[in-house]
This record gives sequence, structure tokens and C-alpha cells, in this order.
Amino acid sequence: MDELPLVLVHVLPPFEIPFKGRLQSRFQLIDSSDSTFSPHASVLLCVGPAPVSSDTLRHLPSLQCIVGSSAGVDHIDLEECRRRGITVTNAGSSFCEDGADFAIGLLIDVLRRISAADRYVRAGLWPMKGDYPLGSKLGGKRVGIVGLGKIGSEIAKRLVAFGCRIAYNSRNKKSSVSFPYYANICNLAANSDILIICCALTKETHHLIDKDVMTALGKEGVIINVGRGGLINEKELVQCLVQGQIRGAGLDVFENEPDVPKELFELENVVLSPHKAIATLESLASLQELIVGNLEAFFSNKPLLSPINLD
Amino acid sequence: MLNGETPLPQNGHRRNSMAAITGEAEAEAPGVVFVHGSPPFGLPFKDRLLSRFQLIHMSELPESSHVKVMLCMDHTPVTSQTLYKLPSLECIVASSAGVDHIDLTTCRLRGIAVANGSQAFSEDVADYAVALLMDVLRKISAGDRYLRSGLWSTKGDYPLGWKLGGKRVGIVGLGNIGSEVAKRLVAFGCAIAYNSRKKRSSVSFPYYADVCDLAANSDILVICGALTSETHHIINKDVMTALGKEGVIINVGRGSLINQKELVQFLVEGQIRGAGLDVFENEPIVPRELLELDNVVLSPHNAVVTPEAFEAMQELAISNLGAFFSNKPLLSPI
Repeated sequence: MDELPLVLVHVLPPFEIPFKGRLQSRFQLIDSSDSTFSPHASVLLCVGPAPVSSDTLRHLPSLQCIVGSSAGVDHIDLEECRRRGITVTNAGSSFCEDGADFAIGLLIDVLRRISAADRYVRAGLWPMKGDYPLGSKLGGKRVGIVGLGKIGSEIAKRLVAFGCRIAYNSRNKKSSVSFPYYANICNLAANSDILIICCALTKETHHLIDKDVMTALGKEGVIINVGRGGLINEKELVQCLVQGQIRGAGLDVFENEPDVPKELFELENVVLSPHKAIATLESLASLQELIVGNLEAFFSNKPLLSPINLD
Repeated sequence: MLNGETPLPQNGHRRNSMAAITGEAEAEAPGVVFVHGSPPFGLPFKDRLLSRFQLIHMSELPESSHVKVMLCMDHTPVTSQTLYKLPSLECIVASSAGVDHIDLTTCRLRGIAVANGSQAFSEDVADYAVALLMDVLRKISAGDRYLRSGLWSTKGDYPLGWKLGGKRVGIVGLGNIGSEVAKRLVAFGCAIAYNSRKKRSSVSFPYYADVCDLAANSDILVICGALTSETHHIINKDVMTALGKEGVIINVGRGSLINQKELVQFLVEGQIRGAGLDVFENEPIVPRELLELDNVVLSPHNAVVTPEAFEAMQELAISNLGAFFSNKPLLSPI
């Protein structure tokens, strides 16, 4: 047991250490609160959104690497990591396709009212009340992708096959990409029928989507969020939806999960999802490989598989 | 409506009746179209038709009608009896995608050309089929139900779904709709194979002459073919057994393409993973057992329903009628 490399695990309920058996056969797993081992640990496995604050990091003076299990890393104090030279890995591409697939699923659901119609049928209303109202065609719509990273790129690739026109907003223009770029998100919204939010949550992108953006998008506009709840001003979103200031929304993430604004439950033009855009059994298997791979790479001084750029 | 006593021109060429309205001398009157069934789309479509053609309804049909073309609205049945009353009929332009409500055998015997509306709908139906599939695999509607009943806060996360990419999709019926479905699923990283009446030489996807073989080599079946006497209940328990317990079935064709009783049994017993169904054998009745299941997505025959599709359908019907009267090839012959 002493020969196995030491990995601190940082996890909070309801989350549990994923694929524990597999990890325990290779590493010695110790909880990050264990004060005997934590000062000596060089690597931390951060499960789910368990926050790694500067306070957490202060108690880990020997830390060199954080292996994250999620795509997002907004729960980790990246500035402090940069300052201390701690590398951080995330879930890499494990989830990108799943996230993209789900965004498209949410989008067509909102446009074509699939979940709403399913509710209608289950309530026995089809024989009683007749056909469900019309939806709206996807093809030909202008889609503005907010954040053209791995997930955004996969979304764009799929939507092109549906006949959509793509434009995007990102921190920087991407030279290898031919889609029109909008440096200003309101301009992107003004020139789009649909906004898909899939960027990282940072100080700069907090509440990126607010009332002004939604007004620019317009009454026929649809918003899909598979990024983080904090990317949208949720209060203003709910207001816009309730007042019919936008056509509808598909939301996988919320500002205060698992709490969801009750007003949304009454609306037929939203599709609500309990944060599972990236959750498939196949991707979990892929994540397992990635986590084990990153840990092994760290301990053998090899390049990490999915380091994030802290600059 | 113009009365049926207006003499019908003998040749195929017609001029726009706007000239007739302005009173200009016209050598030929606009073509007469027999409208079978009432247009459910209200005035705009009727006006557009009237601006180009003379319209005549069943009640105005004289004893031995010379009318050559029928516009069949929605799913109004065209039986052998209907056809008997139209001895000069040469062409039927159907507004819908499916044509199983038309007696095609008699049409074939009499050399009556039939055009359908599927081109106008195919993208919308394909979008819908993909969305139903995504919903079943990733439990979108089920997750939405879960969240709305307040269970996320109390019971925690909803179970994982399954990845779409890399799955083998068998398309049953590679017509307009099937082709659009294939095009989309390729972008998601799926492997496509198909079954059709005949192998298509221009298509590179693997072809299976037997639906059971297709099912045995697929994770997902998407049913988008036409309902005919040969394809009735083409998806039955043998096919579903071949598909296997991890299999998913999406139906955007016609309810009777699937043996519904056997499908329900398979779903209830967990013999297939799930299904997305836009059509049923006896609409609007949906088997009660399905209403209880979380692994099915139920839809009230909506796959074609967008205003844009209706617009496109009207365009297509008018173009087909125009083509007929100018002796040009129909745009969407079946």
C-alpha cells in the first residue's frame, strides 16, 4: 500500500469518488481533509464541483497538480494555481460530443415543442383537444454560438448539417474558422435567431447574457445554455421568458442548482434539464481513462493528457 | 369558384388567370383543378391557387367530368370509387408526404401520375426524427418531467443516458426523409445502413434487403418509409428481437409500419431500450401502457408541422400543378 502513489481526493456529497475500485488498485486515495497526508500530497483529484479555493490550496503546500473530473473549472481558483505553478487538468474532450449532442437535442425540443407535446399526449389531451400547436423549422435559422471551444465547434459541425447559418462570439477571433465572428455579444444576438451558450464561466463571462442581449436577440429568439448557470442573468431570463420577450429556452444549468426558478415550471416554451448535458455512460468510461491517464502521466513525469491553459 | 360549364382547353398549356381577370382577350383559360378535400390552410393557399388555376369541387363536378388533374388535400381518401368518377384524370397532386390514402394500384393501371409533398416536409421530419432519437437516448423529456416535479432537489441527479456518436443507425426507407435523416446523423458520428424497396446505386451506405438483417446490425432503427401493403407491420417482434435489448426505434412514418401490440409488449418488458413515436396505429389513441413509460417519447403526429413546411408544401403543390399544365415533368412524382 505504501508503494502506491498518494492522491488526495477532494469531494463533497452528493458526489462520490468515481470508479473507486480502479483508482484504488493504482493509487493510495486519501481525503483532502486528512491533515496527516495533505501537506505532503503532490496531486489532488477534484471530483465534480467541490470548490478548490485559495484557502483549500493554502493547506496543500506541496501540491503540483489538480486533476479535475469536469469540463468546467470555474470551481477552482485558477489565479492561485497560476501563481503557484500548479497545473490543472479537466475532462478534456470526453464530454464535448455529448455536450454538443445535448445542446442540439434541447434546441430542436424547444423549436418543435417535443417535451411539451409529450406532456400533452401523456395527459391524454390528444384525443380530447386535438393536434398540438405548430413548431418552428430549424433549417435556415441563424445560430450564434457563444464560446467556440471544443463543445461549440462540435455544435457548429452538427448544425451545418441541419442547414443552419453559424456565427460566433469568443474571447478571441479564431483564424482557422470561417464562420462570421462578433466581438460584441449584443451584435451577435442582434444577428441571430438562436444563441447557444457553451463557454467557460469566468469573472468576465459572469452574467454575459443579460436583458440587453436578450432584447437584441428579440421576441423570436431562443437561448440554449449548456455552459454554466452563472453565464446568464437568471432573474432577467425568467422575466423575459414569462413576459414573452424571447420565444423560448433550453436550460441544462442554473445559477443555484438544484434549485430552479419555480416560474419556469409553468412555461411550455422552456425545456429544463437537471445538468446532464455531458452525462452518458460511454463518456464516463472515457473520463475514467482520462483521469487514470492524467494521474499516471503525472507520476511518471510524462506530459499530462488534458492540461488547461492558465494564461 | 368558377362554374364547371366553362369549356376545358384540350392541350396542356395554361396562362395565368390574372390576364382573365383584367379582361384581356385570352386564347386559353386557366387549367381546371379538381380539389379533393377541403384545404385546411385557409385563405392564403386558396387565393394563390385561384390566381393560377380554376378550382372545382366535388359538388360542382358534372356527370362525365373532363377534369385531368386533382389536388388531393391532406389525407382525403382517393378510392377506386373516387377515381371512377374522374374518367379523364391524368394526374393527382397530393399535398401530404404519405400517399397511403390513395389507391395507387388503380392509378398505376390507368396511368395516372401521382406527385406527393414529401420534399417540402423532409427536412422538418428529419429534424424531428433526430430530436426524438436524442430525447430517447439522453432522456430529455424524462429529465424535464423529473425536474418539473421537483425531484432534482429531493432525489438528486437523474440517471445517465447513452451517447449517440458511434452508434449504428438502420434507416428503414431511404426516400427524401430517410436521406435527410442520414445526412444529419452522419454529422453526429453515426454509422448508417438502410433497407429500402430497392438498393440505391447512388448511395454508399450499406444496404440490407432484409429488415431483420438490418436490425441485427443496428443499434437504432429509424422508420421513415411509406406505408404500403408490403410494408404493413414491417417492424414486428422478429425485427425487434434482432435489434436487441439495447435497441432504440424511432417512427416518423406511419403507425402501421410497426406491429404496435408487439412494440408495446417489448417496451413494457424491457426487450428494447426505448422508442420515439410520432405516429400510432389508431391516432389519436395512444396505448395506455406507453403513457407510463419513461423510456419512450410520445408525439401527436407533429413531425411535419411547421408553418415553413406548410408554405413549402403549398409552393410544391402549385409547382406540380403548373408543371402538369405546361407538359413539364412533375417535381415530386412518387
